[in-house]
Amino acid sequence: MSAFPAALLSQPFLQHALLAGILASIGCGLIGSYVYVKRITFLAGGVAHAVLGGMGVAYFLGSAPLGGALVAALIAALLIGWVTLRWQQYEDTLIGALWAVGMAIGVVFISRTPGYNIDLMSFLFGNILMVSGSQLWMMAAVDVVIALVVGVFYKQFLAVCFDQEFARLRGVPVDFFYLLLLCMVALTVVLLIQIVGLILVIALLTLPAATAALFLDSLLGIMAAATVLGMVFTGGGLALSYGPDLPTGATIILLAAAVYFVAMGGWAIRRRLRRQPSVP
Amino acid sequence: MSAEPVVRLADVSFSYGGPLALEHVSLEIAEREFLGLVGPNGGGKSTLLKIVLGLLEPDAGRVTVFGRPPAQARGQIGYVPQYTAFARDFPMSVEEVVLLGRLGRTRLWGGYRRQDRALARRAMEETNIADLARRRLNTLSGGQFQRMLIARALTSEPRLLILDEPTANIDLRAEQNIFDLFRRLNERMTVLVVSHDIGFITQYVSRVACLNRTLVCHPTAALSGDIIKDLYGTPVRMIEHTH
Repeated sequence: MSAFPAALLSQPFLQHALLAGILASIGCGLIGSYVYVKRITFLAGGVAHAVLGGMGVAYFLGSAPLGGALVAALIAALLIGWVTLRWQQYEDTLIGALWAVGMAIGVVFISRTPGYNIDLMSFLFGNILMVSGSQLWMMAAVDVVIALVVGVFYKQFLAVCFDQEFARLRGVPVDFFYLLLLCMVALTVVLLIQIVGLILVIALLTLPAATAALFLDSLLGIMAAATVLGMVFTGGGLALSYGPDLPTGATIILLAAAVYFVAMGGWAIRRRLRRQPSVP
Repeated sequence: MSAEPVVRLADVSFSYGGPLALEHVSLEIAEREFLGLVGPNGGGKSTLLKIVLGLLEPDAGRVTVFGRPPAQARGQIGYVPQYTAFARDFPMSVEEVVLLGRLGRTRLWGGYRRQDRALARRAMEETNIADLARRRLNTLSGGQFQRMLIARALTSEPRLLILDEPTANIDLRAEQNIFDLFRRLNERMTVLVVSHDIGFITQYVSRVACLNRTLVCHPTAALSGDIIKDLYGTPVRMIEHTH
């Protein structure tokens, strides 16, 4: 670990990795907070896994897998959103089905792709050390889109998350904003796939926001704190994994989970202390 | 009092796919009326509200609100849902919730205008929660939460206020205060209160509509134990009151 700062200064791939972590954390902080308060983690997980279908098809056609991921994520988000709006009673079954179907499509297309066998593991668990300069630019662009949409429609998203029925009665096009929010979740998933892969995405999407929500009680505060926590987790995971040569994505997730559980413990102790009367 | 009723339901029937939840319901609510809608659980009260709000389409019959289809009249309706349906740990302040009432009236993008905040403040003062503006939802009592939802509805400057079970889970003293508040609001808007608590409601409202799949209206003064027995199937404790 002590070698990490020196390596960071001399190795461009580590600088790219750190920058990728910072860029991913912005989307993760803003959208992860909505995912947390709206309790749509399972839905976000479905979008993330369905993305493998798009990546597989893109690989088969010889185009950039990240582009395929973006298209697949948006399609999956709209499909899942449409399913939850129309067939709410079958929501978990249908999300589960899309989750698996997306992965199955991906595996089939990857197996049919001619040429050398591509590294499926880096799709599934991410490869933050292989982020290129052009991917960084794409991540920055996605961050700008997310920040603009959240900045412009903050109050509509808040209304849809807090009380959908009331928002509808106030003339807010609830279905539109719900689908727009899911599209933002899709963009964030694509951002995070670079870092931790599509299997581990859900953890990085929700753990920073969940940790922040233990101690903060305004959505804006949670967004800011979750962004900072995301940077700490990705940067810390990168540094921790460098010395012993551990898989970076998995290290980031374990660090995030460890901090969350410690924070949970701290929160529970604080609550117990508050409940106990100070005078016997 | 204008000739056009605020709400008009003509021969409305509705079912969720099985037996009828509402059967041939006709009801007119006049301007500035304070109507209590009572009936047993499962009697169709919530269904009727959703039809008036335009969230459900009736299978038969016609509905107008302010002379228009309900979905087009929503801007004029202030709706106060049952507060038990809310996630109490949602990270919002009282003022943020009350400001949601400005949606549809304020600008589409960005934050709220100064005028929106002024209206929210006035609504919080009227409902006696101005000092709670910065408080978080998980620190509120049931009565405070209910007042916040009323303030949110008032912030949209409604001409018709609809409240769904506003007295559920609130202690008796708070309940009295809340009905006094409704009576004050009734001086400038039409009020429709849904309640299963017939004893309380009759002290305040000008007319009671009894709904158990079909609807029967009574002036408050004419309510007797027999009517309530017909409605609920069991005798209900009556409170003596004169008008």
